[in-house]
Amino acid sequence: MTMDLFTLAFYLFALITLVSAAVVVFSKNIIYSAFALLFTFFGVAGLYVLMMADFVAIAQLMIYVGGILVLLLFGVMLTTNVISVDIRTGTIQTLPAVLVVSALAGILVGVFWTTDWKVSPSATGFEKTAPRIGELLLSNYLLPFEVASVVLLVALVGAALVARREKKVS
Amino acid sequence: MNHSLPVEFGMTVAQFSQWLQTPGLHHFLLISGVLFSLGVFAILTRRNAIMVLMGIELVLNAANINFLAFSRYTTGTLDGHVFAIFVIILAAAEAAIALAIVLNVYQNFNSVNVDEINQLKD
Repeated sequence: MTMDLFTLAFYLFALITLVSAAVVVFSKNIIYSAFALLFTFFGVAGLYVLMMADFVAIAQLMIYVGGILVLLLFGVMLTTNVISVDIRTGTIQTLPAVLVVSALAGILVGVFWTTDWKVSPSATGFEKTAPRIGELLLSNYLLPFEVASVVLLVALVGAALVARREKKVS
Repeated sequence: MNHSLPVEFGMTVAQFSQWLQTPGLHHFLLISGVLFSLGVFAILTRRNAIMVLMGIELVLNAANINFLAFSRYTTGTLDGHVFAIFVIILAAAEAAIALAIVLNVYQNFNSVNVDEINQLKD
């Protein structure tokens, strides 16, 4: 009963992802949640690598870990009084949420489990994804690519404008 | 009888162990489903607006896992990767805007608890 390296890596990354995601969701301390989110992103990036998505995995590490997580941490630090004891954040509507989420999880897992997915045995993965993704972005997906760049620009300007708006002195 | 089901009911332990040892499309999909549910739970229950944002990031990551899994195991094309990249781009834009809004809300209300903010202006 030997497990090959792929299987071992898969279960390692799956464990990292799910355990740290559970810490994110159930931890009472928002700082712990933010740092657990770091490990979730790392675990998901590992899963991307196992699916032979090297470019997306690197993008995940650079944008999520390097950008979004730092942004979230700044948000936590700027809006939570770290020194006081008020760092714990409560939960609301726990019982209805448990019901809704367990129903959702049951449906999702049931659908994933029972659907006859057309798994293609000839799809053996990809060699180098970055050049082909670049070609796709400049051919089939040129318009969404350009729109995304405009969206990023507008988001950048908008975020700076909204965040720096001075409070009116009344 | 659907023969391509990953696990039939009444399968033997050996078959189940064999299934566990060969990670494929279903394994990735199950992880994505659990991650999605955890994210929705965070969105529904946490009071802090930034925790809600973290839940949204979990949901987006679950969706990305699905895109890449189907790209790898069923279509064999890279369209799923391009979609995943667009999702990451939009997540970055969304996080920046949402954090700016949260900071503004904090300035106005001195709180980022979503159940206390029930007015658009004070």
